[in-house]
Amino acid sequence: MIRKVKSHPTQDEPLLFEISSPGKKGYQLPDLDVPVIDPEVALGVSSVRKEIEHFPEVSEVEVIRHFTRLSTWNYAIDLGLYPLGSCTMKYNPRVNELVARTEGLAWAHPYQPETVSQGVMEIAAALESALAEITGMDAVTLQPAAGAHGEMTGILLVRAALEKQGNPRKKILCPDSAHGTNPATAQMVGYEVVNIKSNDLGMVDVATLDAAVDEDVAALMLTNPNTVGVFEQDIARIAGILHDKGAMLYMDGANMNALCGVARPGDFGVDVMHLNLHKTFSTPHGGGGPGSGAVAMKSHLEPYAPVPRLKKENDKWTWDYHRPDSIGRVRAFYGNFGVLVRALAYIMAHGGPGLRNATMDAILNANYIRKALEPYYELPYKSPAMHEVVFSDDKQVALGVKTGDIAKRLIDYGFHPYTVSFPLIIHGALMIEPTETESKGELDLFIDAMQSIAKEVEEDSELVKTAPHTTRTSRVDEVTAARKPIVRWKP
Amino acid sequence: MRYLPKSPSERQQMLEAIGVSSIDDLVAQLPEDVRLKNPLNLPPGKSEFEIVDYFKARGAECANGYASFLGAGVYNHYRPVVADVLVQRSEFLTSYTPYQAEISQGHLTQIFEFQSMICQLTGMEVANASMYDGSSAVPEAAMMAVRITKRSQTLVAKSVHPEYREVLSTYAKYQGMPVTEFGYDSQTGRIDLDDLKSKINDDTASVIIQSPNFFGCVEELEAVAELAQSKGALLIYVFAEAVSLGILAPPVQADIVAGELQSFAISPSYGGPFAGIIATKEKYIRQIPGRLVGETKDSRGNRAFCLTLSTREQHIRREKATSNICTNQALIALVATIYLSIYGKEGLRELAIQNLSKAHYLASKLERRFEAPFFNEFVAKASDVAAVNEQLLEKKIIGGLDLGRFYPELAGNVLLCATEMSKKADMDTVIEALGGRA
Amino acid sequence: MYPENFRYTKEHEWVLVEGDNGTIGITDHAQSELGDIVYVDLPKVGTRLSEGATMGSVESVKAVSDIYAPVSGEVVEVNEALATAPEKLNADPHGDAWLVKIRLSNPADVEKLLPAADYQTYIGA
Repeated sequence: MIRKVKSHPTQDEPLLFEISSPGKKGYQLPDLDVPVIDPEVALGVSSVRKEIEHFPEVSEVEVIRHFTRLSTWNYAIDLGLYPLGSCTMKYNPRVNELVARTEGLAWAHPYQPETVSQGVMEIAAALESALAEITGMDAVTLQPAAGAHGEMTGILLVRAALEKQGNPRKKILCPDSAHGTNPATAQMVGYEVVNIKSNDLGMVDVATLDAAVDEDVAALMLTNPNTVGVFEQDIARIAGILHDKGAMLYMDGANMNALCGVARPGDFGVDVMHLNLHKTFSTPHGGGGPGSGAVAMKSHLEPYAPVPRLKKENDKWTWDYHRPDSIGRVRAFYGNFGVLVRALAYIMAHGGPGLRNATMDAILNANYIRKALEPYYELPYKSPAMHEVVFSDDKQVALGVKTGDIAKRLIDYGFHPYTVSFPLIIHGALMIEPTETESKGELDLFIDAMQSIAKEVEEDSELVKTAPHTTRTSRVDEVTAARKPIVRWKP
Repeated sequence: MRYLPKSPSERQQMLEAIGVSSIDDLVAQLPEDVRLKNPLNLPPGKSEFEIVDYFKARGAECANGYASFLGAGVYNHYRPVVADVLVQRSEFLTSYTPYQAEISQGHLTQIFEFQSMICQLTGMEVANASMYDGSSAVPEAAMMAVRITKRSQTLVAKSVHPEYREVLSTYAKYQGMPVTEFGYDSQTGRIDLDDLKSKINDDTASVIIQSPNFFGCVEELEAVAELAQSKGALLIYVFAEAVSLGILAPPVQADIVAGELQSFAISPSYGGPFAGIIATKEKYIRQIPGRLVGETKDSRGNRAFCLTLSTREQHIRREKATSNICTNQALIALVATIYLSIYGKEGLRELAIQNLSKAHYLASKLERRFEAPFFNEFVAKASDVAAVNEQLLEKKIIGGLDLGRFYPELAGNVLLCATEMSKKADMDTVIEALGGRA
Repeated sequence: MYPENFRYTKEHEWVLVEGDNGTIGITDHAQSELGDIVYVDLPKVGTRLSEGATMGSVESVKAVSDIYAPVSGEVVEVNEALATAPEKLNADPHGDAWLVKIRLSNPADVEKLLPAADYQTYIGA
């Protein structure tokens, strides 16, 4: 019945500290070609440590085995479908890893002279212009380290521009379907957050918005397509309402992979937005980062962009630090350059027409899943789906099974779960985003699994509620972990 | 296209299953005036060969194979092969944040080891799973101190990395957190305690110092910790050169440690991606930003790990969260973990002593600007830094940082760094260029 | 289930008033909605609470709920046991696991609160 089960055969592996033994070595340093210095003499006795207490001592072989064994306890996109809605787990092309390791790029020091940095600066400039074209915006900064960091940068731009006009204003509007980072960001930039209720199509209600926008509103932070996977039909009117009152439209670009080559935020009234290069542009998530949160803006916000800015002078790239209206620095150096290399390699591989094809396949895959699962799971918002589809556990809750249980059971079928319980406007959400890099065969397996679980809920709900059953680690006691936190190893 | 695994007939079957006739029908819901009329103005897709070629050509335009004496927050350390091999394991590289603990024990276990090793290195009791980098860890630590003390002012030493301070002021600007700088002693290069004394007051939430500081000088913690804490402020210890922790006394006097781990096998990569950390005392655990992994058991009673105390974070607490941080630098923290396990207890010390020895050889032949003890970086006097660096560049050597760039009063001085990678022959060339006593 | 001598809020707090003194807690309904409680954040002794304002929070693994002061007054005692044993809130929310004791600054506040029967109707019990 279970067509795809992944077992976890790897033996137990102790912690590094537990395989440590004094005198084991995983390193060898070259002989010193200068006189050795006694640290106590050079630094003073009180500044020097005697030892790093309880620090591990292991051999190279054990290091390889240890981390390889640990790795087998992880699920990964390279193993199969990873349908985490909002997170865009698509294939991470391996050539991107190779080119990011190119010696002149990987070993470039941020303070090396510009004369020997033209290659890295050219890459950054090429990515800036590609992202400007894709988003339809006028300028791009690559400084922010991640999506939330990009949000902060974007809202700082809004604030700086409004302040220049004489009034930074007080409020940022966020739809109730927004990512948690949006309100958290607004707060960090000194704004009060006002939540806007979605309408029964899962979209921003224009009348509600109209009533909420006044001279105190600095911006609306909107994800489009939104977190329900629906394109905001009234986006042009929404932008109009904001602009009429002197407010701005910030777009959370987490779902830009649904728009590349199909529509451009710059063409529908967005003033500023961030892009998650680790989502839309395929750079690896690596267990939670690094990401990169490039920010694209219209020309009226460009004077406020973080320093430094790339500039061409006498046919050479140079960094421009003399920008009197800039919001300042958001990060040391020039952003997560290694991630930028990978994103550019991805854009080059697809090219202009290819990016549109990727978008269309992402939308095709989401709608294929939607159609196949609609008879089995409640679909609270019937609006046409873009790149993801959000069901609720309404039908299953009646039998005592919640979205979190279905998610855990999915693991037994060999898949990573979808996003559980988000967005918050859908009670018991199952947020499914397949991305374009899934074959029909893999989607069919996933659909089979989801349909099979729906039947199991009816026939044997305990089986689902106690899942997963096939993993090396069974359901984890998160309650005890939170009540009595143990966050480091002790001897 | 090689990243799109579908044949035309499979696409057709899927469209039929959905009940639409063409793929364009799938975006019919987009309002007409929103749809992109012309194709994106980008070149057509390229082959793998062409992509590799393009980046090789860009790499060749950079300082390929040069020796470097730049430090200033980014250090040139050897990267063991094993670290780069392991980090490319699919299961590490291509997984998401470990929210589903049952199929994420690999990352979770490793992060627990990472947190533990950061605690051992820093003498703290709790360390988070990583921040973006050192420059963003500093304002996050300052914000944390504001929450803990319920005070608003931050005092930061001028000898903290200049770009970290710039990032701090950007973050602090709209959070009602005035940031005041205090100076350094122009003789020793260490913080000016008297200046700090004159600026600290009952509204000071934290005092931020870096050690080794931007000039490479090792700070003395006792006095500053006593001063800060006697005023009810927290001491935040910042490090940018993590290898220093292999030999320097752990900053146990500090309340919060914020640092940059680039030195642990993370390639300079023109400034990122790196990984920052925040570590602190157990009593402040609920105010720490970012992800934390905790030990627990699974339903069969086996040891297991999971993300914990998530209620601090933005996806739950939204506008009341400790920070807006979501994505961190997990993969980079993994590289650091592997690096630390390769070097281990003895290796990290030996590595630190090699760095110390190389830098002291270089310094012994030059005229130092400051008197305080230093680790692998120091300030030397130079009549014309630009000319010296120009001359070195011709010999494929990148010279030190012209300090006048960040400290106008220190023009005519160069910040030099030597690591285990610095060869004596190259150092001698630098010494000669700077007119030292070879 | 819901003691007659308590008064309740629509935010699911209860208060027991005896003269000028009050004891505040969260209701059984609240603890059951939250699930396993892992942390309780309470005001310090001496804090002045004002009716309807946030006085602390309770946390489960994946949710945080603010606690609102049902009445105004000064905190005179805090249930310290909850710091190390938050699970008590799941076991005995109307007894052992009270949150704080206060001295009421405006005893008339209590008149605005729901009696047990009305609260039960409100939560549909």
